[in-house]
Amino acid sequence: MNWLSDATLDHLRLVADQPDVSSTRYELIREIARGGMGVVYEAEDRELQRRVALKVLATEVAGPEAVERLRNEARTIARLEHPGIVPVHDAGILPDGRAWYAMKLVRGETLRAEGRSRTELLRLFLRICEPVAFAHAHGVVHRDLKPENVMIGSFGEVLVMDWGVAASVQGRGEEGLVVGTPGFMAPEQERGDSAPDTRADVFALGAMLRLLLHNERPPKPLRAIIGKAMSASPADRYRDAQDLAGDVARYADGLPVTAYRENLLERSGRWISRNRALVAMVLTYLVMRVLVFLFGRT
Amino acid sequence: MSPAFPTTRRSVVLSLSSGDAGERTRAFDTLVALYWRPLYKYARVSRGRSPEDCEDLTQSFFTRVLENEALASYDAGKASFRTFLRMLFDRHAANETKAALRLKRGGGSLAVDFESAEAELAGDDASAISPETLFQREWARSVFTLAVERLRLECSASGRTTHFALFEAYDLDDDRSVSYRDLAARFGLTETTVTNHLAAVRRTFRQLVLDTLREATASEQEYRAEARALLGVDG
Repeated sequence: MNWLSDATLDHLRLVADQPDVSSTRYELIREIARGGMGVVYEAEDRELQRRVALKVLATEVAGPEAVERLRNEARTIARLEHPGIVPVHDAGILPDGRAWYAMKLVRGETLRAEGRSRTELLRLFLRICEPVAFAHAHGVVHRDLKPENVMIGSFGEVLVMDWGVAASVQGRGEEGLVVGTPGFMAPEQERGDSAPDTRADVFALGAMLRLLLHNERPPKPLRAIIGKAMSASPADRYRDAQDLAGDVARYADGLPVTAYRENLLERSGRWISRNRALVAMVLTYLVMRVLVFLFGRT
Repeated sequence: MSPAFPTTRRSVVLSLSSGDAGERTRAFDTLVALYWRPLYKYARVSRGRSPEDCEDLTQSFFTRVLENEALASYDAGKASFRTFLRMLFDRHAANETKAALRLKRGGGSLAVDFESAEAELAGDDASAISPETLFQREWARSVFTLAVERLRLECSASGRTTHFALFEAYDLDDDRSVSYRDLAARFGLTETTVTNHLAAVRRTFRQLVLDTLREATASEQEYRAEARALLGVDG
């Protein structure tokens, strides 16, 4: 056997791992990311002359079951046509049996809280909830929501990424399979109760909201919203992302939230804060009346 | 077109304890092919012993592996098989005194080319890296070398000698300036045929690398981790 030089060894590593996409209309440019399930490449669509992201099943997991999982992933995302979900353009099987799909190449950065006010963060959070709520309405649960899976595009668009472990709420979970990321994973996911449930996503969204607001001590109603979203028991959480977003939107609009029962003082304070102009007008009117009353007598 | 998935090869760790003598022998041969060179070079760099001592150490290690069934103590949960084998080798080296090695000299049975390994070490700047990194790099080289050898045999058996010749000329040659057009002219083929032949032979090669890796590891989890490390960008 001939000794392989370091240069040949490096080349063979690429040969062994790089998918042969010559049967497709794409040309690989570079590797962008590598996960347990697949490798994402930046690729050139020769036909439409545009850059796309190409997800190809990882060499080491390739097998009939994994192929089916990646194809299901592509189909799931393709069904979810929403501006906040990366669209799938194309899908297929390579000559070596590996499944792949092409999707929009997103340029931007992952979610960060730094440099944003609370109002901005809440607005951003509501935009993250939109595609998740859309998915929930279509019976799909993401199951791995975390800041790394949220991209803010160069034009401010908010995209929820990586639907690789998403599942249908009608589907059965894989017994004992732990999906999700520690810190964002609902307790039932950590236990391996993987039956898809929208309330697992609600937990993750609650954890993300808590993280977004970590630089400040949020007011009681917001803390109550986070607490309800992250309840240990799914039954105590919001039903789905829409339900959670509704409460956050109510808070942002200065309305009472369902997660927090406020006292009279808090209710008055919130009412005043929400109706500042009216309160100012009434106060001005009252002060004027007092002045007229006092000086009118003299 | 049916997807080309591997006929899963068994891990050598499992095959070494098989009741089938033929399977045990094949597993041992694979174990030696994958590990003799990394272990020999590791011994030369980490222990500062003479080439002769390291040859004897490597020979006696493989004999001992079979004699003592030391591999039975491997726990996949604690370390990769590769790391376990290196630790076993370290222990073996610590126990074998120079005198004992001298007594055993000449008793080795491995048909391996220590001289070539010594020549590779001489031409390599092995002092720039740690013995552990050297061991890991040589292990990766062994996996690929074995896969290339298997590819050569497979192409020969299936009458695809031109395929292998193209692979040899394009993928095994250090000269990266060779183009498909050059190969087409040299082999009297069209460029499309060169492209198709290379794509096909690379598919087979990819499969053989994975098969070899599966044999070299003890569990599915380890196999995936090693594949990611060996083939991924972090590798």
